[in-house]
Amino acid sequence: MARRGILGRKVGMTQVFDAAGKALPVTVIEAGPCHVLLVRTMERDGYAAVQLGFKDKPRRLASRAERGQVANLGSARGKKRQEAGVVVAKAECEPKRFVRELRGEFPGTEVGATWTVQSLEGVKAVDVVGITKGRGFSGVIKRHGFGGQRATHGVKKVHRHMGGTGSLAAWRGGGRPKKGKRMPGHYGCDQVTSRNLDVVRIDAESNLILVRGAVPGPPGGYVVIHETNKVG
Amino acid sequence: MSQQILAAVEKSSLREDVPQFQIGDTVDVHTRILEGDKERIQLFSGTVIARSGSGSRANFTVRRIVAGEGVERKFPLHSPRIAKVDVKRSGVVRRSKLYYLRDRVGKSVRLRQRRATTEDNGAG
Repeated sequence: MARRGILGRKVGMTQVFDAAGKALPVTVIEAGPCHVLLVRTMERDGYAAVQLGFKDKPRRLASRAERGQVANLGSARGKKRQEAGVVVAKAECEPKRFVRELRGEFPGTEVGATWTVQSLEGVKAVDVVGITKGRGFSGVIKRHGFGGQRATHGVKKVHRHMGGTGSLAAWRGGGRPKKGKRMPGHYGCDQVTSRNLDVVRIDAESNLILVRGAVPGPPGGYVVIHETNKVG
Repeated sequence: MSQQILAAVEKSSLREDVPQFQIGDTVDVHTRILEGDKERIQLFSGTVIARSGSGSRANFTVRRIVAGEGVERKFPLHSPRIAKVDVKRSGVVRRSKLYYLRDRVGKSVRLRQRRATTEDNGAG
């Protein structure tokens, strides 16, 4: 059985009290409802997965391909294929803003079905995949946690710079820095998975899931929530 | 929209009987303490010198002098562990953060008027 999961949108962080009166830092995620847009099978696609779509996208913003992904548009080619006997199941819903596949087999799942956050009922901990906040071109202190240089003692204008980038010994005297040397550069906008976050509460009525701790990305960022694969 | 969702989530953590007190009040804070599996009430009395945060994250700071040393404790206002807050005395203050008390020792900390008299005057 594949890991259960759902798509969602980060709402923000706050604090709630648990039964013992302890304050827990939680991230609120609006999760589902998601439409099943496609079921990938071993025979046809070479792998098993379920394609989920989250949040309606206005039709004026969606491309024809995106609209055709979720519903039959009655195109000439589609008609021809239908006459030839090819039946493609469509979810028959609005185009979706956020579409992702969850790998693995989910028995009994059909195209057009709706998944809600209730499908995660009973899950103790989850992994949350998101895109981190973009930080642009960042220096080594922010990007790699370097210590910087001294404030005084002759240091001039390079207080937040890195140290040396190489020596004669580096690269066996090759006269250049080692590969992978950590330097300034683009930071953020990376896909990051926060693993093993405790599920504090699941609110099926308002489609919310509260997980303990932080989740990658800004409020409003889209995330994929998986049952965790951490053992123990 | 996001703020409304967060407010709704926080609502579940808000207590209905929010302790009523003001900055400058001298209060007894009754906190539930778990010792093993026994629960007992611990008292912390002092002056409320600050309130901070909003929603379920609201806190208040109580300051007292213990053995000549200033001690401050910050409580989450909505914590279920706070059994009750008794107001013992009200002080007249002119600001919301009484951090200036930290620089004071001895009598200057205690010398504050009671509110009850001023209220009586206003009513009469």
